[in-house]
Amino acid sequence: MIEAPDLSLAALAPLLFIFGAACVGVLVEAFWPRDTRHPVQVSVALVGTVGALVCTLLLAGSREITAGGALAVDGAGLFLQATIAGLGALSLLLFAERSLDPARSAFVTSAAVPAGSPRDRELLTSTRVQTEVYPLASFAIGGMMLFTAANDLLIMFVALEVLSLPLYLISGMARRRRLLSQEAAVKYFLLGAFASAFFLYGLALVYGATGSVRFSDIRSASLADGTDILLVLGLALLVVGLLFKASVAPFHTWTPDVYQGAPTPVTAFMAACTKVAAFGAILRLLYVAFGTAEWTWRPLVYGVAIVSMIVGAVLGLTQTDLKRMLAYSSIAHAGFLLTGVIGLGAGGEGSGLAATMFYLLAYGLTTLGAFAVLTLIRVGDGEATHLSQWAGLASRSPLVAAVMALFLLALAGIPLTAGFTGKFAVFRAAIEEGAWPLALVALLASAVAAFFYLRVIVLMYFSSPAADGPTVGVPGLPTTIVLAITATATVALGIVPGSVLDVAEQAAIFVG
Amino acid sequence: MTLTYYLVLAAILFTIGAVGVLVRRNAIVVFMCIELMLNSVNLTLVTFARATGTVDGQIMAFFVMVVAAAEVVVGLAIIMSIYRTRRSASVDDANLLKY
Repeated sequence: MIEAPDLSLAALAPLLFIFGAACVGVLVEAFWPRDTRHPVQVSVALVGTVGALVCTLLLAGSREITAGGALAVDGAGLFLQATIAGLGALSLLLFAERSLDPARSAFVTSAAVPAGSPRDRELLTSTRVQTEVYPLASFAIGGMMLFTAANDLLIMFVALEVLSLPLYLISGMARRRRLLSQEAAVKYFLLGAFASAFFLYGLALVYGATGSVRFSDIRSASLADGTDILLVLGLALLVVGLLFKASVAPFHTWTPDVYQGAPTPVTAFMAACTKVAAFGAILRLLYVAFGTAEWTWRPLVYGVAIVSMIVGAVLGLTQTDLKRMLAYSSIAHAGFLLTGVIGLGAGGEGSGLAATMFYLLAYGLTTLGAFAVLTLIRVGDGEATHLSQWAGLASRSPLVAAVMALFLLALAGIPLTAGFTGKFAVFRAAIEEGAWPLALVALLASAVAAFFYLRVIVLMYFSSPAADGPTVGVPGLPTTIVLAITATATVALGIVPGSVLDVAEQAAIFVG
Repeated sequence: MTLTYYLVLAAILFTIGAVGVLVRRNAIVVFMCIELMLNSVNLTLVTFARATGTVDGQIMAFFVMVVAAAEVVVGLAIIMSIYRTRRSASVDDANLLKY
């Protein structure tokens, strides 16, 4: 006789909402007439993400373990889930933008047609839109939300794949520069699958060492016998798999290529949401399963944090393509986020958890906004991402230049922006845990990274515009909404961060 | 019967797979090496299930198989689309994105 596990439907509502919307999206794709499918798909995906966001907000304060112990519903998990759902809804709005590209969509009409073939050229100018991206993105968002709630390694692995597989596909679906996009998809897929294999081997070793993959069992086993080599090896492999997803150097090599090749709305989605999900999983794994054996992961995280900050900041200096530059910026930011993970402290007593959660929210909003601005600046029929094309943008479009400058300043961590508050919080958490050398390196890396952000601002404001410069597209309603929300939030989280910081602090608890 | 042999065999298979991913040039072969890594994990899981006397490891092996199958679908679709355009599945030919 098999006993059914206890299943709290209320606690699972956010996940049910988004996965339900994704399944409805698949049905719409199959049965709805093509000419009216786009608005329907966008609505279904938005209902799913916004519904999931509302459900997480309604659940605020609840704390339980459900689905037979496989899923944890707690403050930190709900905060991160709400962040993912909100940022996911904004990304979907970017996907839905139809007034920027002359062919009315950033996504290829038929991904199966070979790039450059006569049929492809024929479809390039057609205004037929492809709507498969919406259910795919919904599945990815659902996977990310599950990733932060997983309370055992097997669920975490399944969630990792549910979020990755759709992302591999949609990063290969750009309408313009299809070869670059397909190449990005192949690289992302091969390296992503390689990294999941490492995660999986880590899972198997931890299972061998502790006899279970449940986080609470792993914790008690690591307390009883913390020196087990199998356990430590398994933990290292698990962390490698997760650091890959979080694009932390030295596991970052896919990041610049994929960020550059993927369609810009998808890049925005990956930069914002995948980062939140990956760090959510890292935090939960290290806090719940290995929080009492802090010495096992601290040196590893300490080392990769330094490498990531330096690689991101130094290689970012040499970039001439804005999307690549923002990719290296995301690598540097992953390093800054890891200083917050160090701030977790022994048994999670430090303020690192709340600080990292706030940083993820601030960074996600800012980077999403920066990529949204990138979709506006166009040359010919594609996006103008080369730095030299941005020269003198302020004289052509002061508003767009000002918004971009705001996002770049926030990424650089200038006071009165969200980036400063976030950096201050994670550095303080690291120093409180005695990791002041790490905080020192982080400050130096921030100073180096500030140079390449400020270089773009100088270029926009103090260079004369080129004669055949890019045009500034007039955004439609979706992109306008995204820019308004992200810009407002970037300023608000910089000037009055108190209430959000309080929420993060109250929520900063994992059950397990 | 020692279970250690199975674990060592799995570790060797995993290493062969990992080295294959790093040195082989054809995307399909790289992908097959990743599948080899996943299967070595399955062997490890089943061995540990036997060692600990629980069935969890065997159930997890099924999960891994299902996920690997889904990965094949997505992966072959992506490799197929780039092959149709370039008439080559070599990872060295995909070199437009760099530095």
